[in-house]
Amino acid sequence: MNILNLRRRAWRSAALVLALALMLALVLAAGVAWLNVRGEAPLEAGLPATPASPDLIERGAYLARAGNCMGCHTSLGGTPLAGGRGVETPFGTVFAPNITPDLKTGIGSWSAGEFWRSLHHGRSKDGRLLYPAFPYPSFTQVSREDSDALYAFLRSVPAVEQANTPHALRFPYNTQAALAVWRALYFRPGTFEPEAGQSAEWNRGKYLTQGLGHCAACHSGRDALGGTRLNAAFAGGLMPGAHWYAPSLASPDEAGVQRWPRDQVVRLIKDGVTPHASVSGPMAEVVFSSTQHLSEQDVEAMAIYLASIPVRAKPPVMPRPAEGATMLAGGKVYEQHCAACHGEQGQGAPGMVPALAGNRAVTLDSHINVVQTIRQGGFMPTTAGNRQPFGMPPYGQLLSHDEIAAVATFIRQSWGNAAAPVSALDVLQVD
Amino acid sequence: MDMKRFFNFLLAASLTAFTASVQAQPTPAAQSATATVHDTMAQRMQACVMCHGQQGRATNTGYFPRIAGKPEGYLFNQLKNFRDGRRRNRAMHHLTRHMSDEYLRNIARYFSELDLPYPPAAVQGLSEPQRQTAERLVFQGAPERQIPACASCHGSQMTGRLPAMPGLLTLPADYLIAQLGAWRTGLRAAAAPDCMAEIAKRLSNDEVSVVARWLSAQTLATGTKPEAASAQPLPLHCGSGNQ
Repeated sequence: MNILNLRRRAWRSAALVLALALMLALVLAAGVAWLNVRGEAPLEAGLPATPASPDLIERGAYLARAGNCMGCHTSLGGTPLAGGRGVETPFGTVFAPNITPDLKTGIGSWSAGEFWRSLHHGRSKDGRLLYPAFPYPSFTQVSREDSDALYAFLRSVPAVEQANTPHALRFPYNTQAALAVWRALYFRPGTFEPEAGQSAEWNRGKYLTQGLGHCAACHSGRDALGGTRLNAAFAGGLMPGAHWYAPSLASPDEAGVQRWPRDQVVRLIKDGVTPHASVSGPMAEVVFSSTQHLSEQDVEAMAIYLASIPVRAKPPVMPRPAEGATMLAGGKVYEQHCAACHGEQGQGAPGMVPALAGNRAVTLDSHINVVQTIRQGGFMPTTAGNRQPFGMPPYGQLLSHDEIAAVATFIRQSWGNAAAPVSALDVLQVD
Repeated sequence: MDMKRFFNFLLAASLTAFTASVQAQPTPAAQSATATVHDTMAQRMQACVMCHGQQGRATNTGYFPRIAGKPEGYLFNQLKNFRDGRRRNRAMHHLTRHMSDEYLRNIARYFSELDLPYPPAAVQGLSEPQRQTAERLVFQGAPERQIPACASCHGSQMTGRLPAMPGLLTLPADYLIAQLGAWRTGLRAAAAPDCMAEIAKRLSNDEVSVVARWLSAQTLATGTKPEAASAQPLPLHCGSGNQ
């Protein structure tokens, strides 16, 4: 009798725990679900009854440049905006869809409200949660008015029938449930609120930088789940795919422009080059396909805002000095291959060949960019202000890992530069 | 062209002046090192010559093709193909990916106008029957298999033909074999209709090998130019033929 009673009691408490756990799971799921749809207004369906005005379409085309929509929504050599480019993430590859107005494979059946919901809430026409490789954590700041202009522009481009490539993501990242949890943790729809104490230009700059420009998508560090405290940080971080490091916009030692003359910032964003700096890697692509097309006023506004990002410099670290033999070997490679253009003292030639002495891209804590640059070389982007840019040979064709490591170390520790040595293993690991 | 040279000179002069004004007391070593960078096309194209040889002249060994003296239209097409992914080469794509058509056109013109000596004839290493196979394909083709003679498009003396057909002589054999192979597998493509892809697929592996070795071993006199454009239609309809 006693034993039966005991058993019954044990069963009862187990059932209670289970019920509690179930309830907790339900509450959590409901919470996650609510976090994913809260703040959404009822959807307006239906296509516009009247065609958009040419002015609106033109404004939308300009905004599409500002957001670099074609950057991801166009495959290499493919029709603009017909999709197909893969965005590498630590969780697999996300393929940008066709956003031409094709009814079957594009977004031709989307209403302006549905388009707005994708930018502002990160949900597709059918309600699916979208992957944040589509940078809606930034685009959520875009105004409804600008969203409607973008919508009008996208409806005006030629419709292309091109089926979307399915994403190639690993489990569990390929599930909507995982995405819902991610969004509950990291995404809140936001609205851009101008700051009363700041100038109209500053506010415009902040709106472009944090919204369509989606600068934070690269220039912010991410945690293990790919989350980022977007728009607040600009603290720099590895790019998705880890081929490049996007330097911090909050640190004057990296890519911060807090101490730069404003006109130099404008030239860098618009022309891709100034007498003392140039863009390379993924930023060259941004200048080439997006920012060079922006108006001087908008670029100026962005420059004003960028210069106001609060400085959060890292504490200075004295790097380990390289071994003498490495410096000797690196110096030899430098003398043979680099000095003719970059100069004996790493001084470069303004506007043509970047100086290496005092060059922030050389002395970043992360060695990834300097290794990529030595290995791949490359040209600055062609822009209206730099129609025939200078270029550097891809030394990965010629130099061994050891030689690249040695010369990278040499330039990181010469002429007053002080950054950590680079090993052959480091070079090998940069893909 | 004279206006352009003059403009370049002005640009160089103003940049030099600018350099002098912004650099505070450079050391003598710095001065001499800076002075070696000129605002010229040749300086810009330093990014190319590490692989393609000084002034775009590579030899008939190794892999990298000579680009000096190739028709401007051909070089322009290839630069666009690398930029837009029709030809796949990571290094070439990276170098061209952020370039305007205008700049690619100027680069193509620069290399097309270079007039440099060709490497001397090399030992073919072909047996007599192989040499005959190669020469027959080059000058007569194999009409029974719809393979036109190489010379019917690439110039009667295989020197290339304006506006966009490249000369093939003296190119490294490994490069030629790799290109024909890439055409057969779709890794290299030209503007449609891609006639060279068609022809490459009709050749046997052995034919690819002997033709490549034969072409590579020839030489050309310095100053050899591509043949003038001809009203004669090409034996196949080629998307990049008349650009």
